[in-house]
Amino acid sequence: MNDARNESALTTNGRQRPDAGLAVEASGLARSFGRTRAVDGVDLSVPNGSVYGLLGPNGAGKTTTTRMLATLLRPDAGTARVLGHDIVREADAVRGRVSLTGQYASLDEDLTGRENLIFIARLLGYRRRRAKERAAQLLEAFGLAEAATRSVRTYSGGMRRRLDIAASLVVTPELLFLDEPSTGLDPRSRNQVWQIVRALAAGGTTVLLTTQYLDEADQLADRIAVIDRGKVIAEGTPVELKDSLGAGVFHLRLRDAGARPSAAQVLARTLEAVPHDEVEPTSLSISAPDPERVVRALDELARAGIELASFSLSQPSLDEVFLALTGHLAEPDTEEEAA
Amino acid sequence: MNTTPAPATEPLHAVLAEGPRPARPSAASAALTFGWRALLKVKHVPEQLADVIGIPVIFTLVFTYLFGGALAGSTHAYLQFLLPGTLVMAAVLLTVYSGVNLNTDAATGAFDRFRSLPIWRPAPIVGGLLGDTGRYLLGCSLVVALGLAIGFRPGGGVTGVLAGIGLAVLFGFCLSWLWTTLALILRTPTSVQVIGLVVLFPLTFASNAFVDPRTMPSWVRSVVRANPISHLIDAERGLMQGHTPTTQIVWVLIASAVLLVVFAPATVHLYRRS
Repeated sequence: MNDARNESALTTNGRQRPDAGLAVEASGLARSFGRTRAVDGVDLSVPNGSVYGLLGPNGAGKTTTTRMLATLLRPDAGTARVLGHDIVREADAVRGRVSLTGQYASLDEDLTGRENLIFIARLLGYRRRRAKERAAQLLEAFGLAEAATRSVRTYSGGMRRRLDIAASLVVTPELLFLDEPSTGLDPRSRNQVWQIVRALAAGGTTVLLTTQYLDEADQLADRIAVIDRGKVIAEGTPVELKDSLGAGVFHLRLRDAGARPSAAQVLARTLEAVPHDEVEPTSLSISAPDPERVVRALDELARAGIELASFSLSQPSLDEVFLALTGHLAEPDTEEEAA
Repeated sequence: MNTTPAPATEPLHAVLAEGPRPARPSAASAALTFGWRALLKVKHVPEQLADVIGIPVIFTLVFTYLFGGALAGSTHAYLQFLLPGTLVMAAVLLTVYSGVNLNTDAATGAFDRFRSLPIWRPAPIVGGLLGDTGRYLLGCSLVVALGLAIGFRPGGGVTGVLAGIGLAVLFGFCLSWLWTTLALILRTPTSVQVIGLVVLFPLTFASNAFVDPRTMPSWVRSVVRANPISHLIDAERGLMQGHTPTTQIVWVLIASAVLLVVFAPATVHLYRRS
């Protein structure tokens, strides 16, 4: 499971000295809440200027890891340096150089969007006039100028998230923590958030984002660490990760449910994998190593006289990633991750 | 995937290319910024003030006009006795909202944001309470204004009234640390509010706010006499009538100091730990 990590050129596990090329280097980070071991020995190496994705289900330890790196939680064990500063001994130096957009909006619902930004700008040391200018600038850039004088209570989910991210960028940080930036957003708002992340990365800010969606990590991240039960279980570029899982998942719907066993046989032979019967009796899916092989499988199915109602080739879902990496499905913990 | 027009990429790049980071604000400046925010909340959600001010206002009117004559011979005479009591009631009830607001911040991601900023760590709490002091001042002034409008005639004049309001606000500031401590222990803003009112209502009634305790059974009288709110009300009555009730003021200051010394460090400790 550590293969991907060991192959990667940037891995610094085991090295003790700070590395100028790394925005985050963590080794053995651990944190428990009561008897729950939320984070259980996480090693991370996040290259400067990259977008780095922490991928995992609810309760995997992503938020707890992020909170430790952002100096909000002390680790029980392990060490981490963020932008060269120790997160415990030099917490204040870390705080001066990073920003955090948490999973739950940090905005004041009673205040207007503009007041929220002025408030943060003042806390960062801007004088009153500059704070107002900076707020106006950010509202404009984030498409919130029209809503500037409305109370945040009236904002949509996407507007809140954008304002929350804007609040993190009042001073452009060297490293931005984004905890589940698109959870609960509609596709349009999600695209807007993605665009912001890309613009940030283009400007040289390192972004550490957590997500439950492989798709999102794939779209944004240069490297991904898959987290499960408080541990990193795989690490690499999206390409490496997907290669280790197969290009994607091939879904088929047959015209005739009776043909499913024979279709499964054909697929197992041509794609050299184990097909899964879906709940729906005419459907089945199988992980597909590459599109060419899928074309061949379609050919074989036609030759065997098996008629298809529809088919699709999609990226593996988080569940499928987890199935492939761990042999179990991503289980959303019943317990909320520590807020 | 990149077809969504807003937010436009160009201004986004421009806004990210912001110049140098400003110097860190001083502890005082950070705290004052939090105070500014607390006052903005009063401006945007004045009903929050009305909630709590409503109770002393109604009590002032009900007790004066319904019971006043029976209790003191005339509504006018009773109002002179009652108003310092309802003023204190307003001041102490308002303090609960400091806890409610703090708990709201803790429940949302606001705390995480504040604690990830390079500012003086207790600034959110100290600043919030400074802003709240403004709220107490406003609340107390409203009750006094109502009193003056319906016939309250303090013998101590402007100085006496101002001194009275000042003492009530000072006590309120110290008492509010109790609720900020609770706010960092309890789960929801509502539980903070409920506990606050459940504690404060009996405390306000088991005082000399509404009637002279002379007719009470002796064990109740000893409770009333030990109640710091009684001391505060006595001090208020004295100040507003133009006396200097030194003993009572000293008791109030001692109670305030105890609240502050116990609960301010407790709040800051819980805040750092959370």
